[in-house]
Amino acid sequence: MDALPDHMRPERSFQGFILALQRFWAEQGCVILQPYDMEMGAGTFHPATTLRALGPKPWNAAYVQPSRRPKDGRYGENPNRMQHYYQFQVIMKPSPPNLQELYLKSLAAIGIDSAVHDIRFVEDDWESPTLGAWGLGWECWCDGMEVSQFTYFQQVAGVECAPVAGELTYGLERLAMYVQGVDRVYDLNFNGREGAEKVTYGDVFLQAEQEYSRHNFEYADTAMLFEQFKMAEEACRKYLAAGWREGGNQKEHLMALPAYDQCIKASHVFNLLDARGVISVTERQSYIGRVRDLAKACGEAWIHTETGRAA
Amino acid sequence: MPDLLLELFSEEIPARMQAKAADDLRRMVTDKLVAEGLVYEGAKAFATPRRLALTVHGIPARQPDLKTERRGPKIGAPDAAVQGFLKATGLKSLDEATIQKDAKGDFYVALIEKPGRPAIDVIAEMLPVIIRTFPWPKSMRWGARSAKSGSLVWVRPLHAITATFGLETEEPDVVKFSIDGVEAGQTTYGHRFMAPGAISVRRFEDYEAKLKAAKVILDPQARKDIILEDAKELAFAQGLELVEDQVLLDEVSGLVEWPVVMMGSFEQEFLSIPDEVIRATIRNNQKCFVVKDPKTGKLTNKFVLTANIEAPDDGKTIVAGNERVIRPRLSDAKFFYETDLKTKLEDRLPKFEQIVFHEKLGTQAERIKRIERLAAEIAPLVGADVEKTRRAARLAKADLLTEVVGEFPELQGLMGKYYALAQGEDASVAAASEEHWKPQGPTDRAPTDPVSIAVALADKLDTLAGFWAIDEKPTGSKDPYALRRAALGVIRIVLENQLRIQFNLVLVWAVATFFVKKRFGVDLDDLSKIPTVDEHESKLAGPIAVVASREVTEPFNIGEVMRDVLAFFADRLKVQLREQGARHDLVDAVFSLGGQDDLLLVVRRVEALGKFLDSDDGKNLLAGTKRASNILAIEEKKDKRSFDGAPDAALYKLDEEKALAAAIDQVKREASAAVAKEDFAAAMSAMAKLRPAVDAFFDKVKVNDDDPKVRENRLKLLNEIRAATRAVADFSRIEG
Repeated sequence: MDALPDHMRPERSFQGFILALQRFWAEQGCVILQPYDMEMGAGTFHPATTLRALGPKPWNAAYVQPSRRPKDGRYGENPNRMQHYYQFQVIMKPSPPNLQELYLKSLAAIGIDSAVHDIRFVEDDWESPTLGAWGLGWECWCDGMEVSQFTYFQQVAGVECAPVAGELTYGLERLAMYVQGVDRVYDLNFNGREGAEKVTYGDVFLQAEQEYSRHNFEYADTAMLFEQFKMAEEACRKYLAAGWREGGNQKEHLMALPAYDQCIKASHVFNLLDARGVISVTERQSYIGRVRDLAKACGEAWIHTETGRAA
Repeated sequence: MPDLLLELFSEEIPARMQAKAADDLRRMVTDKLVAEGLVYEGAKAFATPRRLALTVHGIPARQPDLKTERRGPKIGAPDAAVQGFLKATGLKSLDEATIQKDAKGDFYVALIEKPGRPAIDVIAEMLPVIIRTFPWPKSMRWGARSAKSGSLVWVRPLHAITATFGLETEEPDVVKFSIDGVEAGQTTYGHRFMAPGAISVRRFEDYEAKLKAAKVILDPQARKDIILEDAKELAFAQGLELVEDQVLLDEVSGLVEWPVVMMGSFEQEFLSIPDEVIRATIRNNQKCFVVKDPKTGKLTNKFVLTANIEAPDDGKTIVAGNERVIRPRLSDAKFFYETDLKTKLEDRLPKFEQIVFHEKLGTQAERIKRIERLAAEIAPLVGADVEKTRRAARLAKADLLTEVVGEFPELQGLMGKYYALAQGEDASVAAASEEHWKPQGPTDRAPTDPVSIAVALADKLDTLAGFWAIDEKPTGSKDPYALRRAALGVIRIVLENQLRIQFNLVLVWAVATFFVKKRFGVDLDDLSKIPTVDEHESKLAGPIAVVASREVTEPFNIGEVMRDVLAFFADRLKVQLREQGARHDLVDAVFSLGGQDDLLLVVRRVEALGKFLDSDDGKNLLAGTKRASNILAIEEKKDKRSFDGAPDAALYKLDEEKALAAAIDQVKREASAAVAKEDFAAAMSAMAKLRPAVDAFFDKVKVNDDDPKVRENRLKLLNEIRAATRAVADFSRIEG
């Protein structure tokens, strides 16, 4: 750590902060993935978590995932609420016995010393109705602020996790704001430089927040989105149906991943429609149920793939 | 005698589960010990965020030996029987059996001695079972072992088990068992951050002391005491006063093993937010206490936090961090509050048209309209101004759509009151916003202002009528719409305010609204506008006529629903009286008279009846009435007929008959007059006059006379006793 140039230090730059986390988890044996190339509401949707959490084969991965929450847009006017932000996601299957210790060490790696800060594990049962998933764990507090979620997955996509995977989700902007000591996300130092060379989070994302807020709340084409939802739903079912094969003495599936992409798509389109306020309270439940049905069918397919099933 | 020490060391246990878990552990272990013949002297359980611990002292070192006798075959019984006996009892030959005698002859008896086992072995067997079957509200699997089914489930991953057993004077033994890879031993761990190392423990006394040295306070009560005392002192030192909060204290004490209490502050400007909003923000989100100025009773800009560590900088970083978190939270709350103030409550109402209250009961807007209408009917009955009541009912739920209530649902009603006052509403209209939700539970108070009472009753009666109309009644333990609470709320409002309401006259409006809506698709008041409604049906607009139209059963029968709802009130009233230790069977005795829809009168009648039945006159009269009923029941069955109708005075043969007939006449008259005046005590006194005549009758008169005419007449007279007592209650429904 001492060898790091100043502008790469996690407490100085947002990118240094991300790199420090990646480096830490790489050292724990995780594969460091890049973000999934689709819009999604949370890092959990990444197939590296949703699908890889299923099945008996070990899997350790970490990655940054841009998270799109269309409803949370505030036209760049709220100091910490955005429709696009970063999550850092770690998944370890099976959950190692020292996962809590590893998590605390990762905090130390980004400059949060548990001798000075009050770190707490506060009950938080996680449930994702759209993914048909639930787990038990905590929200992790640092001096009264929720900085991460810590979950032992019990079920994902309607499938019992065997073995259980441990999942960590860090809210990167919030943590970096705390470490850098700024109160407004757009004031985060992104590249760790000063003066003319300094690039802030606002320089990178403020305009995007304004534009997407406009899009999400006012202009997103709802007729098209309703159509897209249907198309994604149909495509998902079509690919799922086409993927089944009778192989050897068991059924196998050959297209779980492309089908799951359509499930991700449907979920994001639903979130956009929700932000546009065109889905009523009763319909809402039914849309969530439709996405969940897709997720479950994908999970079922996945555990019949080469990677998803027992050896 | 030896002691047992048990600790189950895990990842962080949810605060809300700790107290019950400690209790369950103590109960399960001690119950099992007793069941195994190991009667202990005392037991105490503890919980921290990371451990459940139990100490049981004074356990016998061994189970007592068990001696049982088993009776065998008779002497000289066939060999098969003898062999069976030997096999069952484990005796080698009949020489080991004794011989006993009884009336039927001599037979073999085996004395079986089951030697007691060492307690430690018994404990080693029972603990894994207890751990595997522990009743956590939610439990989970974890780690590599969760790949296979049947792996251990616990509230969070279980890491270590300490279990020792032994005498104070000796080195205790480890209770040897292992469960899913966790081996019981005598090693535990200190505070997660301040003393994470392994600690070897022997027995409870050194366990508790060593934990304390390792910055863990085992006893939750001790942690609570520290937090409360330190928090009070911090506030006091500044001339302020802590706002005590038991629920929060319980929770916070379950979040720390080593409580360190500190004070932080926030900007003065946030004090423009209502105190309750500040408190909800700081309490719910940050689990911190708020502090008030004892002179004004208003909150100050301080808060008290409880950390889990002693930090080298005396907690400066922690306090600063918490302040940094609380600031944006309060900033959000202030923004919400100020945004809310910009919209008048009535301007929010159209939004309710989009919000479904219940699929079959329409939108919130429709519901509010119904409540307003019903509240206006109730207002004159409870002395409330009709216009104010209407306004109050219209606005009472508008705050559900405000930002603050969206964020803090527990502030519903209260915020409505603030916003109503801020827009210049009448004080009783504003108060109804908060009061009409009450009483929320047994410890909550009932509203007392007439406007609030009218709206509260209308709200609850609309709910009850609606769910009955769609046949969604509570069943067993399922009551998803809290209908029991609504009915109990009505009862409490009526009784505590001594309200005289004939519920049938009110309920009919509530039920008819749903009936008309379902049958004709219009509001009750618009019924006359429908041309297709024939004359008969248009009468439905008059609610009393509705009750009369009993033959209409589509979409439901109004009279039946009303009866059902009233019966539900009767049930709730019984529960309520039972909880107060009053006799609930008397409620049935009064309700089964029929037509009892004034809850206050029902209760007064029940009270008077209870007092009467406590007196000798009451007891004897009850006995006499029951005797009369029993005889009648038998004879009615025998003759397959009832003995209704007035007895014939000409057929009286004995003085006692005549005296009873006279007494019945007099008592009927007096009791009915007293009941008409609602003087139930006097009605009971009148009843008492019946007693000597009834006693004398049974003493001297043979009911089943040989002359069938006399017999019939006497049975009719008995029936009159029953009828007379119905002036006050249906005595046949009284127990005892």
